[in-house]
Amino acid sequence: MLRLLSMALLLAIWWTAALFVGGAKLPSPPAVLNVIIAEASSGALFLHLGATLARVALSFVLAMSLGSAIGYLMGRVKLADRLGDPWLILLLNLPALVVIVLAYIWAGLTEAAAIAAIAINKLPTAVVTLREGTRALDRSLDEMATVFAMPRWRAFRHVVLPQLAPYIAASARSGLSLVWKIVLVAELLGRPNGVGFEIGVAFQLFDTPRLLAYSLTFAAVVLVIETALVQPFEARATRWRPRAA
Amino acid sequence: MRLEVDITGKTFESAAGGTHEVLAPIKFALQSGEVGVLIGPSGCGKSTMLRIILGLDRDFEGHIARPPEARIGMVFQEPRLLPWRSVEQNVRLAAPGIGDAKLSELFRTLELEQHRSHFPGELSLGLARRVALARAFAVEPDLLVLDEPLASLDDALAGRLRDEIASLVGSRPVMTLLVTHSIDDAIRLGDRLFFLSPRPAHIVREVPISIPRAERSEAELGRIRAELAALPLESK
Repeated sequence: MLRLLSMALLLAIWWTAALFVGGAKLPSPPAVLNVIIAEASSGALFLHLGATLARVALSFVLAMSLGSAIGYLMGRVKLADRLGDPWLILLLNLPALVVIVLAYIWAGLTEAAAIAAIAINKLPTAVVTLREGTRALDRSLDEMATVFAMPRWRAFRHVVLPQLAPYIAASARSGLSLVWKIVLVAELLGRPNGVGFEIGVAFQLFDTPRLLAYSLTFAAVVLVIETALVQPFEARATRWRPRAA
Repeated sequence: MRLEVDITGKTFESAAGGTHEVLAPIKFALQSGEVGVLIGPSGCGKSTMLRIILGLDRDFEGHIARPPEARIGMVFQEPRLLPWRSVEQNVRLAAPGIGDAKLSELFRTLELEQHRSHFPGELSLGLARRVALARAFAVEPDLLVLDEPLASLDDALAGRLRDEIASLVGSRPVMTLLVTHSIDDAIRLGDRLFFLSPRPAHIVREVPISIPRAERSEAELGRIRAELAALPLESK
């Protein structure tokens, strides 16, 4: 209820501001809604949203799986940590824009270049989070698994993975928000479709209603995915914890 | 089966630098069906010795001969259960081969039936210790290692669990190593008692108890207790 009220307040502020500023710079909510409906009925909205979501999904899965594996290795093996750490620091501090531009120069304006560039941006944070998680693993439980001669895979699945789950969930959440932001830049710079591309076009034409139409729909999709997918996963991964009072 | 322990020394480097001697030379052997009891003052290196015997710590001098196929059941000082798995899953993960009937019987004897689907975080320490015992029994071990398994349990329950351990040890040819502070547990369960010195630990005295476990009457136990009390042992 409170959330709805707060949303309504935001809408009211936007509407009032639109009245003062004028339609060219800040269109009113109905004007934006009209564009959304028009784009949706022509199918363009879904096409672009779909393209963006596919890129997010691919690069997210790529970065998460690769980053988790590397992070786990670096947490477990001291040599891997020593060797990987300088690379990690470099990647962590490399601006997203640099990675994207270089990827397009080296690999051409291709889908693979875009997805790789997005994944590389997300990769180091996944590595860092999972490395911390691996370092925090409970050694006494490892010993228990060793003494009871649990096979490697069973020990990993039942002893290690549940301890890493909160770290994976945290990394997924922060990673998703990072990928949402970067994917648009990658699309703006070198893809012929997607929400980022549309926003680029709208920028060139100074078409504010179109710009807002695309960004708001995109934000709504992000919100739905966060609440429908990421939060339930987190809740499930931590269900064994005694509830906080 | 036979467990031979021949540790010639174990040192460890503390975070502040400097080496500390934890174990002095220790040598003993244990046969199937025998219960060896380690009794020593707190911090004398008993747990270190157990870790070496279990193969968790390979950084020591000496040699441990343990049949490689020997199944190990261990009750750690803390229960060491997986908090994210139910009681039943905790036991089944350690002993995947256990049958339903056997598991039910085990849970019945340890009075854990109502707790099968609970998570360890929902259990009291006493209950968690019983789950740890169930897990160790469930693997049908050849080598059973018990690190103060009855600490912090009430007398009645400790007595029942002690009987459980005794009947398990009697029913199968298992080598058992028990660490305890309780002379009472030691003389009720043990075949051979090893009294350890303070750190660096070595065996001060080995006391065999020749009467079979099942035939030790209260009178005999009292006599053994009196004999032990007369011995000049620093670790009692």
